[in-house]
Amino acid sequence: MIMPSISGLRADLALIAHWVAPHARVLDLGCGDGEMLAYLQQKKQCNGYGVEIDDDKIPRCVERDVHVIQQNIEEGLAMFADDAFDTVLCLSALQMMKHVEPVLRDITRVGREAIVSFPNFAYWPHRLSLMLGRMPVSESLPFEWYDTPNLRCATISDFEDLAREVGLEVVDFVALSEEGNPVSFLPHWRGSLAVFRLRKQ
Amino acid sequence: MHFSEPLPLQSGASLADYTLVYETYGTLNADRSNAVLVCHALNASHHVAGSYEGKPKSEGWWNNMVGPGKALDTDRFFVIGVNNLGSCFGSTGPMHNNPATGKPYGASFPVVTVEDWVHAQARLADRLGIQKFAAVMGGSLGGMQALAWSMLYPSRIAHSLVIASTPKLSAQNIAFNDVARQAILTDPEYHDGDFYAHGVVPKRGLRVARMIGHITYLSDDDMAEKFGRDLRNADYQFGYGVDFEIESYLRYQGEKFSEYFDANTYLLITKVLDYFDPARAHDGNLDAALANTEAEFLVVSFTTDWRFAPERSREIVQALVNNQRRVTYAEIDAPHGHDAFLLDDARYMGVVRAYYDKVWRQLGQGAATVLGEAA
Repeated sequence: MIMPSISGLRADLALIAHWVAPHARVLDLGCGDGEMLAYLQQKKQCNGYGVEIDDDKIPRCVERDVHVIQQNIEEGLAMFADDAFDTVLCLSALQMMKHVEPVLRDITRVGREAIVSFPNFAYWPHRLSLMLGRMPVSESLPFEWYDTPNLRCATISDFEDLAREVGLEVVDFVALSEEGNPVSFLPHWRGSLAVFRLRKQ
Repeated sequence: MHFSEPLPLQSGASLADYTLVYETYGTLNADRSNAVLVCHALNASHHVAGSYEGKPKSEGWWNNMVGPGKALDTDRFFVIGVNNLGSCFGSTGPMHNNPATGKPYGASFPVVTVEDWVHAQARLADRLGIQKFAAVMGGSLGGMQALAWSMLYPSRIAHSLVIASTPKLSAQNIAFNDVARQAILTDPEYHDGDFYAHGVVPKRGLRVARMIGHITYLSDDDMAEKFGRDLRNADYQFGYGVDFEIESYLRYQGEKFSEYFDANTYLLITKVLDYFDPARAHDGNLDAALANTEAEFLVVSFTTDWRFAPERSREIVQALVNNQRRVTYAEIDAPHGHDAFLLDDARYMGVVRAYYDKVWRQLGQGAATVLGEAA
């Protein structure tokens, strides 16, 4: 895949932005400081909302002119109507959920398409770590086992199963290296971050 | 400012003649685009910020929020505080003479609504030459006014800041208000609202009303932390005087309040609260009520506020989201209950400050566009 080079935007975000249609209504779950939505608003005339729980991130979103709703995603997306969004983003957030499946079902309900990314637990250095008897610590999983916010560890294949289970079809998939570059050779082994583009079946 | 054209009221009555007292802070810019209206809640006034000369204790009720360099920066914005009709801080209210009778209105002062207040505020804006507010902002009952502005005058407000508020009172809220009203109405010195002529004040009723209100402004945890079961004396008094610090505090608050607040105003403003329900005209559908809004919104709630709980604010946000409105919602985990909206909290002030920075940037952008078009 040839990626447009986007200065100032993280490589993984740039790739994901490429998958969002111009003028799309977007919901960004776990939007952080609103970087992605701000980019989509400016460059692709998208609009929508971010959802974020962290107090410190809310003013950062406001600064970027991103409309953010402060709430815990796991309390449900009752705020949003069925099919309210063209694209729902859930970027490097799903692995922090206690109840992944209901969240993914909610994503399926409120959006026509979803883009979901998460750290690939089957990334080869992680496999090696486990073989050597240690939980993996890497750029994409930078925490010790006892203080990690990442409650759920999944591989690319694991996620595909769950996505199918909740009624999502994989439209596109890319694995990214730690530097954020697409990995086409042995992505299940060499991909640090898994990014799925999904559509309601 | 005096208004001689009659103001028709939601009840069907009208006010023939009235005065609105207001204060302003900062400077109105040349294109009159930087005005912010700050709406007060039950017991506050037009005196939003600053202190009166020679009276260091006369700080405005939102002095931590509004002023030079503060979250709502009066070096940038022209801020207006207005005392609402029926209040007791200078604008026409129950203690003023009814021109028809030459006697104080008392309980016959027409029961007004949030919407009536907003129409009166709009007339004030007309007189001041302000076609469109950069923002209308308020907490609690003030938030209801900010919300009502967005529905009644959608093109006359760019931003609506609705803080610790609700789209309507719950049965429990109304119940508390009615207990407060009954305390006043059954005070023998109330005299059906004509206590002015008797030279008395229904202080007992006002005290109890304020005590009840005050309880609902604080959180259980906050009260526990501030007072706990602390005693005034070394041991129980085995009587009906003051044993606990919380009793002493509430009685003091009630006493202080009864010395400056008008009983008829208290009755009136609790009714203003009870009646607010913009969805009522749309079969209870808040989405429909907010369908014609054009403003951007900041909605803020506080997790320990059980008077107007976060769920109430989320109803507003949900209705705005259903209308695809531009809304930001902050839910501040502050311990102080409903009163949190008046207190300093870095997260709360940080969001409001960032929001006004955005309002300010948009004003700048607007000016640049006009210049660009001219060129």
